[in-house]
Amino acid sequence: MISLSHYLILAALLFAIGMVGIFLNRKNLIVLLMAIELMLLAVNLNFVAFSHYLNDLSGQLFVFFILVVAAAESGIGLAILVVLFRNLSSIDVEELDTLKG
Amino acid sequence: MGMKTLYLLVPLAPLAGAILAGFFGNILGRTGSHTVTSIGVAIAFILSVVIFQDVQAGHVFNGTVYTWMESGGLKLEVGFLIDQLTVLMMMVVSFVSLMVHIYTIGYMAHDEDNWPAGSLAGTNSYQRFFSYISLFTFSMLMLVMANNFVQLFFGWEAVGLVSYLLIGFWSVRPTAIYANLKAFLVNRVGDFGFLLGIALIAAYAGSLDYATVFAKRNELAAITELVTGWPLITAICICLFIGAMGKSAQFPLHVWLPDSMEGPTPISALIHAATMVTAGIFMVSRMSPLFELSDTALSFVIVIGAITCLFMALIAIVQTDIKRVVAYSTLSQLGYMTMALGASAYSVAIFHLMTHAFFKAVLFLGAGSVIIAMHHEQDMRRMGGLRKYMPITYATMLIGALANAGLPPFAGFFSKDSIIEAVHLAQVPGAGFAYFCALAAVFVGGLYSFRLIFFTFYGKERFREAAHDAHGHDAHHDDHGHHGAAEPHETPKVVTVPLILLSIPAVAAGWLIGTILYGKWFGDSIVIGEAHKGVETMAEEFHGVFAMMLHGVTTLPFWLAISGAATAWFLYIMRPDLPAVIKQKSGVLAIILEEKYGFDRFNDWFFAGGARLIGRGLWKGGDEAVIDGVMVNGSAGAVGWISGLVRLFQTGRIYQYAFSMIFGVFALLTLWFNRA
Repeated sequence: MISLSHYLILAALLFAIGMVGIFLNRKNLIVLLMAIELMLLAVNLNFVAFSHYLNDLSGQLFVFFILVVAAAESGIGLAILVVLFRNLSSIDVEELDTLKG
Repeated sequence: MGMKTLYLLVPLAPLAGAILAGFFGNILGRTGSHTVTSIGVAIAFILSVVIFQDVQAGHVFNGTVYTWMESGGLKLEVGFLIDQLTVLMMMVVSFVSLMVHIYTIGYMAHDEDNWPAGSLAGTNSYQRFFSYISLFTFSMLMLVMANNFVQLFFGWEAVGLVSYLLIGFWSVRPTAIYANLKAFLVNRVGDFGFLLGIALIAAYAGSLDYATVFAKRNELAAITELVTGWPLITAICICLFIGAMGKSAQFPLHVWLPDSMEGPTPISALIHAATMVTAGIFMVSRMSPLFELSDTALSFVIVIGAITCLFMALIAIVQTDIKRVVAYSTLSQLGYMTMALGASAYSVAIFHLMTHAFFKAVLFLGAGSVIIAMHHEQDMRRMGGLRKYMPITYATMLIGALANAGLPPFAGFFSKDSIIEAVHLAQVPGAGFAYFCALAAVFVGGLYSFRLIFFTFYGKERFREAAHDAHGHDAHHDDHGHHGAAEPHETPKVVTVPLILLSIPAVAAGWLIGTILYGKWFGDSIVIGEAHKGVETMAEEFHGVFAMMLHGVTTLPFWLAISGAATAWFLYIMRPDLPAVIKQKSGVLAIILEEKYGFDRFNDWFFAGGARLIGRGLWKGGDEAVIDGVMVNGSAGAVGWISGLVRLFQTGRIYQYAFSMIFGVFALLTLWFNRA
């Protein structure tokens, strides 16, 4: 029998992978966006799991919202990425350090 | 008019003259300015004579005319104490001042030549000069007429201010600026002591009024000063005397007086010989009730006077500037007066002050007359043989020199002989030393006085060579005639008339000795203690002016003065080659005298140099290093440095930001869950 904690552990693992992906990734901005998606999906998994075990549909309703926002965010992120590439001819995370003081 | 109005008018008339000439000099013009100031001083002189007669009739006045303010129990007032001492000073001050006013009309007639062409200061310097000397007369009269210490201090500082303004009158000359700054600073040292003395009196007597303080003098004498453990009265008297040392140029605060000769000659006569420098002598006489209670202070006074008297006279022998010789002779004569104060012979000191005012004014104004004739040449080595060119100046200066040397029947003889006798009879410690100095200074006085006369009026006419030399140097542009071999000529009447008028008292003032010294003339204005009976003894031995002269020629001082004069004659008339030889042979001694015992050098090195060193230290170390360096720029620098460290955290790399955010959240959550 698969219990709630299995889902939660899976979600935590996915979240941790996404998180590690953000700060270990030194090469590619696309990987960074994918890692963010992965973290959002891990959160969604938590929502669905709690929704099922608590018999409350509003959790699953929330997931739809998050998916919509995540899709929009990915769209904008990819658009910025394209502009960035046009300007710098690079999407290397290591070189994007103009935000320093 | 009541007498009080007259008293007020005496200082206010010169003040009015000073204000008119000072602020409205341009409107009044030169003639108007010297007329208005001379009239002001003349009024002061005439009223002084009137008041003198009133005081002779026995009307001594002591009262307040105006209360300035009251602070706690302390009253600050303007008031007059008119007694014999005051009125004598008023007469001397206003008379000499009047003569100097008249003389100045001639002396400053071409003052615009002393300024750069077209300078604004030069256009009305004449009016300004008259304004200053009238202001001086006002200040000096306020000083002598005061009945309280505040007004005394006011007058004291005001004459110091005017002295400063006048020494540096020719402000385009660096030496004049140096001299007036020096005079001002040295006087500050004395004034500091004076102020401390006044503060002690205010603290312990609770009043600044002469009469009140003198009434409490026996109480004061019983007090011991808390901090030092000295008797209070000694501390007060020595502090006050330090003030007198500054103003009356006593050793070691004498250094400013010779330099003050940078001012115009009328000023040297009026301020730095006849009147202002005697303010210290006057003040100590005024304080005689206090000084009489402290033998220690009197001993200090007599020793300082003795040192000044002899050692300053010695310097006069080697000076070549005609005005400086007279300046050092003034120092020596002031030393005599101070010695008399130390010997409790206050009346004798004031008597010498009076005679000295006349004959020293003659000497200075005569020197000024010579300077005018020589076209502002002051070096005696370029004079000589002037007596046939300027007979009036010669005659009056000879009278001045005879009086200065103390030969009968001239005024200086009576006062100086009395001082020597008083010092001889004095019992305070140091009197023996003072007596020796006084006798030695008589010889030196004869020597330098006649050296001045012989150097200037006799011998070869050296100015011709000097003029010739000047021709050699200025051959190309010598067209304005001042350096030419112009014959020296007698000076105009405005110069010679004051000389003649002043030389009358320079001869005759001494004959009043019986009245002033021995006739109890000073009444209660001078108090002499029971233990100091010198003047009383002298009064018993006094049998008239002629007896004193006859007796005088048999005593040591007379023969010392004669031998001094004879030495001068031998060295400067008989064998003019000899002084150079003596100078060469005496080696170190001559150098010491020419260096004036090294006081100027020492002061410049130690005090001026030290002050500059401290100033530089505070500037470089205190201001630039600590305040600017550490505090202002240092705190800004620290902020910058710390910011520099902190900005290293802002790398601009997203993954590092993300890591620190996550680490932060992790840390906060750990803290949250582990909170007690």
